[in-house]
Amino acid sequence: MLELKGLEKKYGRNYTAVKKMDLTIREGEFFSILGPSGCGKTTLLRMIGGFETPSQGQIIYDGKRIDPLPANQRQFNMVFQRYALFPHLSVWENLAFGLKMKKVPEIDLRTRVNEALLMVKMESFAHRGIATLSGGQQQRIALARALVNRPRVLLLDEPLSALDLKLRQQMQVELLSIQRRLKHTFIFVTHDQEEALTLSDRIAVMNGGNVEQVGTPQEIYEYPKTPFVAQFIGQVNTIEGEVKEARPDTILVSGAARRVLMVKPSRDGQRPLPVALPGTPVKILVRPEKLKVLKSAPGPEQNAIEGTLREVLYQGAVTQLFVMPRDGSAPLIVSQPNTAVTARRSFNLGDKVFVAWLPEDCLLMGREAALPVAENSVSIAPPLLTVVGPPPESSGAALA
Amino acid sequence: MLEPVEPSLRRPPLLALPAMGWFMWFLLIPLGFVVVYSLSTKGLYGGVVYHFTFENYQRATDWIYLRIFWSSVKLATLTAFSCLVIGYPMAYVMATASLRVRSALLVLVVIPFWTNFVVRAYAIKLLFGEAGPINEFALAFGLIHEPIVFANSDLSVWVGMVTNYLPFMVLPLYVALEKFDFSLLEAAKDLGAPGWKILLKVLIPMTKPGIITGTIFVFTPALGEFVIPDLLGGAKTMLMGNLITDQFVKTRDWPFGSALSMLMILVVTASLGVYLKISATENAPVDATTVED
Ligand SMILES: Nc1ncnc2c1ncn2[C@@H]1O[C@H](COP(=O)(O)OP(=O)(O)OP(=O)(O)O)[C@@H](O)[C@H]1O
Ligand SMILES: [Mg+2]
Repeated sequence: MLELKGLEKKYGRNYTAVKKMDLTIREGEFFSILGPSGCGKTTLLRMIGGFETPSQGQIIYDGKRIDPLPANQRQFNMVFQRYALFPHLSVWENLAFGLKMKKVPEIDLRTRVNEALLMVKMESFAHRGIATLSGGQQQRIALARALVNRPRVLLLDEPLSALDLKLRQQMQVELLSIQRRLKHTFIFVTHDQEEALTLSDRIAVMNGGNVEQVGTPQEIYEYPKTPFVAQFIGQVNTIEGEVKEARPDTILVSGAARRVLMVKPSRDGQRPLPVALPGTPVKILVRPEKLKVLKSAPGPEQNAIEGTLREVLYQGAVTQLFVMPRDGSAPLIVSQPNTAVTARRSFNLGDKVFVAWLPEDCLLMGREAALPVAENSVSIAPPLLTVVGPPPESSGAALA
Repeated sequence: MLEPVEPSLRRPPLLALPAMGWFMWFLLIPLGFVVVYSLSTKGLYGGVVYHFTFENYQRATDWIYLRIFWSSVKLATLTAFSCLVIGYPMAYVMATASLRVRSALLVLVVIPFWTNFVVRAYAIKLLFGEAGPINEFALAFGLIHEPIVFANSDLSVWVGMVTNYLPFMVLPLYVALEKFDFSLLEAAKDLGAPGWKILLKVLIPMTKPGIITGTIFVFTPALGEFVIPDLLGGAKTMLMGNLITDQFVKTRDWPFGSALSMLMILVVTASLGVYLKISATENAPVDATTVED
């Protein structure tokens, strides 16, 4: 288990790249660090690897502090963002480098290097020079060079970012199968949300040096805790409004054009209703694939916004529809799977349509940050609770 | 690692003509004269008589002269090695410094070229003199009680040689280190290599072109150097440089001087050949066709 406690990195006097970070990464976990460019992912990874000295805080591995140890004394290995393969050595010698440093006996060394080459399917390239390899091949060798040392923790800094889509997907699958087989801990840095969702056991979403949320891909996607996470992972529609009424199991939000929208806890009870006083400015977030486009208004159990169909973008697996609400607010993006039924175009541009979704399928957030959630404890501001009513577990149960 | 130039970037050899012409006229043809002279006989009053013989070469390989050759080779080797050991860390600092510090250091390295090297040699002589600043300083602080005589010592010759030749080592090393990808050092560290192994297995092999160029730039002229040893060493030891000069200027034995010159060219070529051979065998760059095991 790898623990980061209050880990912080300052560059110069007043720039903090990583802010007071607390994270626990479990043994054998595929853990991704996801965030936009410049949010401090590399800095964090380099502190774990020992290439950057933390300004504050501790790194604890298996109960022992490792932050004072230099990189060459940690049992971790890193796959660098730009591979950093030794160009003066052959593929074989690159792989053998770490083992020679550890004085692994020659016979052992041979079997281990061969195993590693086999693992990344590069066995026929053993005696090639690095300069003669393609980007994808270099990437595999970089991975093999780290794996051959059987690191307790493997650090990967956007190792796939230089590859084209096809190769990238192929490498993702290989990476995952290698990790499943070896059961090493992988800490994988990426700014590609799809990649993180595909590969990870858990994801930490970073923004501006902070961790915004840690969770499984499903938790991150379905139950984002902050507007940033909701917007960074996948597409999301944002509808602004203010709280009109907070009922035990529903919050009513009034938007533009006197429209009232409902927000309910998710059906599985994983996402309770937040605490919101009437009058609070909020936004409703809803994923494009949760929306439907209808020709006529749906029943009262659904939210609906009337508008005009502006654009239909066929994207292979899905079709994206852009609907301009009648009140002139931002267009709504609807994503429909191209099943046999919907593949036949049933809408024309300019049609008057209704965009509908279930109140259980959307999220309520403050304009800038998440709204407080009354968790199991009743400790959060008692006066608020009396306004909102019973705690959300019971409301979730009532729904189920 | 040279990459083949694209055919479209190749230019007709026409562009190389001026340089080739220059070398023809001012290098190859004079060299031809030297070869001819070295096989001729000394005239009675110092002229050259075209009476062909190998006698000059026989004389040049006499034990006395070989010893002089050896002194020169020793001095040049020591100079080149010292410059490498002192110059490498310096070039490393330059290559890793911030841009401003880097240009300042570059200027510092190049400044010596602004003055004549004889002047610089005299400056060192003064510095090391019995009443020079080093002695004065040490005396003033009571470090010594009598001035130390540095002048005319091997130490002052060494200092003079290194001072003079250091830039020729530092500049090629700097060029090699500036191109070096320093993330490779982190990769080596990540794989568990201690500092000295990183130096030996990654940094030095990868900057070898710079090391070789720098060594050749220092070794070759240092082999013929005699002004600095004369000025700072008190003209005690005969070196190849002054031996050859003497033949042309003092003894007026041009044929013998030419033979010595030819021998020196041979020594330089042979030493460099051996050096390149040695440095090429370790960590030979790998190409696609070599297969081991
Ligand atoms: N050595 C340094 N000195 C000063 N600032 C630095 C240094 N290294 C990184 N930074 C700054 O710290 C911030 C975080 O950098 P970092 O490299 O960790 O970003 P990242 O999340 O890995 O981004 P990317 O996805 O683009 O690789 C950036 O704003 C960067 O400019
Ligand atoms: Mg980065």
